[in-house]
Amino acid sequence: MKILVCISSVPDTTAKINFTADGKSLDKNGVQFVINPHDEYCLTRAVQLQETQGATVTVITVSDASVEPVIRKALAIGANDAIRVNSDSGDGFFVATQIAKAAKDGGYDIILAGRESIDFNGGEVPGFVAGMLDYPFINGCINLKVEGNAVEAVRESDSGKQTITANFPVVIAGENGLVEDSELKIPNMRGIMSARTKPLNVVEPEQTASKLNVVGYQKPAERGNVKMIDKDNVAELVRLLHEEAKVI
Amino acid sequence: MAILVYAESHEGQYKKAAFEAVSYAKSIADLSGDSVTAVAINATDSSDALYKYGASKVLKINSDALKDFSPNAYAKAISELKDGDTIVLPATSDASSFAPILALKTGFSLVTNLTAAPSSVSPFTAERKSFSGKGIETIQVTDGGKVLTVLQNAFGTKENPVSGAEEAASVSVSDADSKEKITKTEQVSTGAIDLKDAEIVVSGGRGMKGPENWGMIEELAKLLGAATACSKPVADMGWRPHSEHVGQTGKAISPKLYIAIGISGAIQHLAGVNSSKTIVVINSDPEAPFFKSADYGIVGDAFEILPKLNEEVKKFKGA
Ligand SMILES: Cc1cc2nc3c(=O)[nH]c(=O)nc-3n(C[C@H](O)[C@H](O)[C@H](O)COP(=O)(O)OP(=O)(O)OC[C@H]3O[C@@H](n4cnc5c(N)ncnc54)[C@H](O)[C@@H]3O)c2cc1C
Ligand SMILES: Nc1ncnc2c1ncn2[C@@H]1O[C@H](COP(=O)(O)O)[C@@H](O)[C@H]1O
Repeated sequence: MKILVCISSVPDTTAKINFTADGKSLDKNGVQFVINPHDEYCLTRAVQLQETQGATVTVITVSDASVEPVIRKALAIGANDAIRVNSDSGDGFFVATQIAKAAKDGGYDIILAGRESIDFNGGEVPGFVAGMLDYPFINGCINLKVEGNAVEAVRESDSGKQTITANFPVVIAGENGLVEDSELKIPNMRGIMSARTKPLNVVEPEQTASKLNVVGYQKPAERGNVKMIDKDNVAELVRLLHEEAKVI
Repeated sequence: MAILVYAESHEGQYKKAAFEAVSYAKSIADLSGDSVTAVAINATDSSDALYKYGASKVLKINSDALKDFSPNAYAKAISELKDGDTIVLPATSDASSFAPILALKTGFSLVTNLTAAPSSVSPFTAERKSFSGKGIETIQVTDGGKVLTVLQNAFGTKENPVSGAEEAASVSVSDADSKEKITKTEQVSTGAIDLKDAEIVVSGGRGMKGPENWGMIEELAKLLGAATACSKPVADMGWRPHSEHVGQTGKAISPKLYIAIGISGAIQHLAGVNSSKTIVVINSDPEAPFFKSADYGIVGDAFEILPKLNEEVKKFKGA
C-alpha cells in the first residue's frame, strides 16, 4: 500500500495575520510556518497505517525551498520520503496538477490531503486531484480504515455522518477527528536524526495557465468595544440584543 | 444566457444555503443581464421559494443514481446542464466536495467561499474568505467561465421575486458514476438546526465543566431557535459530538448571534466564529481574552447566569 500525503505549509494557528503594504501578499515577517493542521491529522493516520499495515508514506508539497523545515518535520514524524515540487505555489488548480502527476507516476493507492488549508481556505486541491485522475473522492473524512484494496471511511457532512467505501486508488480529504489529538506525533531525537537522511526529491513543475488574479488582501473590520453588562441584570442583555443589535 | 445555481436539498427540502446561492446568482444576473436557472436534484419541495429569491427556471432532476451523494456523479449531472459561463453553488460540505470536479468537467475556473456580492462582473471580481477569517481576499476571474461557491450566512438571502417555471431535466448519470458507495448514514441527533446555516448559535466551552450541564445550553438554544456548538476540547473529551466543534480546525460559522459560554476565546476558536455579526461572551474570568472580541459581555458564573438568562428569554418570547 502506497500513500501520498499532501502537505501545505501555513502560518502557525496563533500567528497574527498582516499583509504587505501593497496588500498583495501575506507579510511573512515574524510568522512561523507549520504543517497545515488538517494535513497533520492525515499524516499521522498514514504513519499509523505504515506501522500497523505496512504502508509506505510519501509526503508531497508544492512550494519553494523555504518549506524544507516543515518537510523535514513530516519526515521526522515518520514519512518514508518526500517530494517537493519546486515553485512559489500558484493557485489550487496548479498545485493539484503537480500532485495528480506525482500520484499517477508513483502509482499511489491513497492520496491523503487536508479538507482545507487554513491560509488560502480553498478546499479545492483534493477535489481537483480526484477529478484530474478520475478517482473516487471522500471529503471531510474523520475515520479511515483500509482492508485489502479498499477503504472504509467515515465522512462528516452537514447533516450527519456517512460510512463510505471506495476502491484503490482513492483521494481522501481528512480533517480534525481523523486521529485523536493525543495520537499526534511529536518527533523524537531519533526521528529528527533519521529525517536528515531520508530522500527529499525536488522536481520541477508542469506549467498551467491561471485565469485567476489576486487583486489584494484586507483585514476584516475591527469589532467595536465590548459593552459589559452586570451579572445581576441579565434582562438588560436580552433588551440590548433585541433593541440595539436587533438579532433576536 | 442563464446563470446556473445548484439548489441543494436535504431529504427533499431546500436548504437555506440553496436560497443564499440563488440570491447570490441573482445579484450577478442583475449586473450581467442574465437570468437565473436553479438545478434541483431529487427535491420534492415546492419551487416557489426559489422563484422568490430570483430563479426564473427550475430544472428538476429525478434520478435513483443520485439518491446517495457522490462528488463524481453530482459533478457530472450538473455539468451536463451547463448553459452560460457561471455556476453558483452553496459552500455546503456536499457542494464544496464536487465544486472542483465540476470546474474540471466544464473547463471553468473555481472560486470558493465568496462572502460578498461581486463589485464587477466583467471581469468577475469579488471578496472571499481567507486566512480563516483573519483576511479578506479580493479575487478576479480574468477570462472564461467560473464555478463559484458562496459561504453560508455571509451574503445571506435576498428576496427578489420573479415568475418562474419548472422543467424536468434528465442527465446521463448511472450507478457506475458513483465511485464512492455509502453503506451507512447517521443523522446528527443534537438539535434540528444545521450549524452552518443557523442564524443563532449557543456554544459552550470547558467552563461548562461536564456534558451533564449542557441541558441549560440546549434550553437556551431551543428558546432562541438556535443551533448548539462547542469548543474543541469539549468535542475532544467527548462531551459533545465532534460535528459541533467550531474554530479553525472545526466548522467556521457566521451566524447573526453567537453566544459563547465558558469559552476562553483562544485565537484558534475565534478564527471560526469571528465573522459572526454579534458576539455575546459569558465567562467567570474578567481577563478572558474572548471579551476583547465580543460585543456584549457578562462576567460571572455560567451556572448562575444561564438559568436567569433562560428565564429572561422566556419572558421576552412570551411578550
Ligand atoms: C492547531 C490547533 C488548532 C485548534 N483549533 C481549535 C478550534 O478549531 N476550536 C477551538 O475551540 N479550539 C481550538 N484549539 C484549542 C484552543 O487553543 C483552546 O485550547 C480551546 O479553544 C480552549 O477551549 P475552551 O475555551 O473551552 O477551554 P479553556 O481555555 O479551558 O477555557 C475555559 C473558560 O471557561 C471559563 N470558565 C470556567 N468556569 C466557568 C464558569 N463556571 N462560568 C463561566 N465561565 C467559566 C474560564 O474562565 C475559561 O475562560 C486549537 C489548538 C491548536 C493548537
Ligand atoms: N502547495 C501545496 N502543496 C501540497 N499540498 C497542498 C498544497 N496546497 C494545498 N495542499 C493540500 O490540499 C489541501 C487543501 O488545500 P486548499 O485547497 O488550499 O484548501 C491541504 O490541506 C493540503 O493537503
